[in-house]
Amino acid sequence: MEDTTKIKISNLNVYAGKTRILRDINIEIPKNKITVILGPSGCGKTTLLKCLNRLTDLYPELKVSGKIIIDDHNVLEAREDIYKLRQQMGLLSQRPYPLPMTIYNNISYALKLRGIKNRREIHKLVMHYLQQANLWDEIRTRLREPASRLSIGQQQRLCLARGLAVNPEIILADEPTSALDPISSQVIEESFLKLKNDYTIVLVTHVLRQAKRIADNVVFMYMGDVVEQGSVSEVFENPKMEKTKLYLGGTFN
Amino acid sequence: MYVFNREQRHVINYTWMIISLLVVAFLPFLLFLGLYLKSILLLQGNSLYDLIFSKVWRPSAGKFGFYPFIVGSVWVTLVAMLITAPVCLLTAIYVTQYTRKFVLRIMHPAIDILAGIPSVVYGLWGILVIVPFISRHLGPWLGIPTMGYSILAASFVLSIMIIPFVLNILIEVFRAIPMELKEATLSLGATEWQTIKHVLLKKALPGIIAAFGFGLARAFGETMAVLMVVGNVVRLPHSVFDPGYTLPALIANNYGEMLSIPKYDSALMFAALLLLAVSLFFNLVMHFFIVRYNKY
Repeated sequence: MEDTTKIKISNLNVYAGKTRILRDINIEIPKNKITVILGPSGCGKTTLLKCLNRLTDLYPELKVSGKIIIDDHNVLEAREDIYKLRQQMGLLSQRPYPLPMTIYNNISYALKLRGIKNRREIHKLVMHYLQQANLWDEIRTRLREPASRLSIGQQQRLCLARGLAVNPEIILADEPTSALDPISSQVIEESFLKLKNDYTIVLVTHVLRQAKRIADNVVFMYMGDVVEQGSVSEVFENPKMEKTKLYLGGTFN
Repeated sequence: MYVFNREQRHVINYTWMIISLLVVAFLPFLLFLGLYLKSILLLQGNSLYDLIFSKVWRPSAGKFGFYPFIVGSVWVTLVAMLITAPVCLLTAIYVTQYTRKFVLRIMHPAIDILAGIPSVVYGLWGILVIVPFISRHLGPWLGIPTMGYSILAASFVLSIMIIPFVLNILIEVFRAIPMELKEATLSLGATEWQTIKHVLLKKALPGIIAAFGFGLARAFGETMAVLMVVGNVVRLPHSVFDPGYTLPALIANNYGEMLSIPKYDSALMFAALLLLAVSLFFNLVMHFFIVRYNKY
């Protein structure tokens, strides 16, 4: 069965000064699947993710060229509509960064940015997204507390709920479980498996086992290059490239 | 040579540490106590209310009303903060959020140079530039007669003196906010300005209060530069173009002659006590707000 492509990255190059961080990246990311970008630290995974929602804008030293097509729009050419474009993508970063507000307002702020003003509706949606992130039952009585009082694992799920609250079509996750304990990690992974029915998920990780557990597609990167990409069975069971084999065998550094 | 055993060393170390701790902890109290004892003479003859709220200052007649000095100090400080606060806040936001990194690398030495200039130099600059500007240009332009030596001149010089200090703290406050928080907010579709207004300012609020509190305390206690441009007239100012007199200037100007008039030294000690009390009050209020807003 042929996948429908959600994100098409072609000839993406990123320079920081004279160093090339990403080299001629060509990736197709299928809709409603979990695409795992795998690779050792410093291979450009995070930069690639930041290109997708143009957070690269924050770093004026980065020069980005190429094309990233999402639903017929080139993200890299977006101007005034960049804010709308970013709302198509929920972001989950390595460590949770809750906004300096109450738990409730962390979600309602995202809803307000989406243009929802009706208080009843906001109330309903806050509950909905907290449930979607498997958090509601734990914190339903603590909604007015500062978000910073939650545990790290809870904060990360709050960030997931906040990312979902902008009503995205894509979820970008940058090693979202690297700061979490095994149980919180498992909760996040389970959320992803549930969420992929409605969302396209791009997950950056360097944890092989996590990739094996939840990936549909795998992109293996090394030193700013895409070494190999394909379905999880192709890449993990029949790697074609020598580097991929080494990395999978664990002998690679 | 006698060698201390382990237990003795332990006792000696702890004794030293406790003594050092007590010295630091009780220094403010000692200062307070010393000034209080020195001003008892004045406090015996006059009620505290009269001293603080009486407008008549005639030391030779034994009349000590500190109200004009307190009002002068408060005016100078508040107007200086009104100038300082927006300038510092907007500059800090601009250099940390909008410009490239090299701007900050140029700004830092410039700010440090400003911070290192002695206050007398600021005072002179005030006399040579600010005072004539107010008397010849700003006053006539607004139709207000003024000599130039005024609350406004003092506030202006003062604000330029404290801007480097407040700005340095504010820049550090904004730089301490993790980039990822900004990224997280932008990823929700917020604009740069929404990010700053709703998230970064809120995160920085305790630091902003601390920076302004620090500036306020410095401004209130600054002596030399203010004394040189404020006019030193014992009178309740009606506008910022009127001359005034501040508590630190009172002490500095009259310390030499205080022995010739009875109770005068006591009155100056009381002025110092007032200064200390007000600084302490600023500090407490600042801490209250920092704790109040530090929960996020």
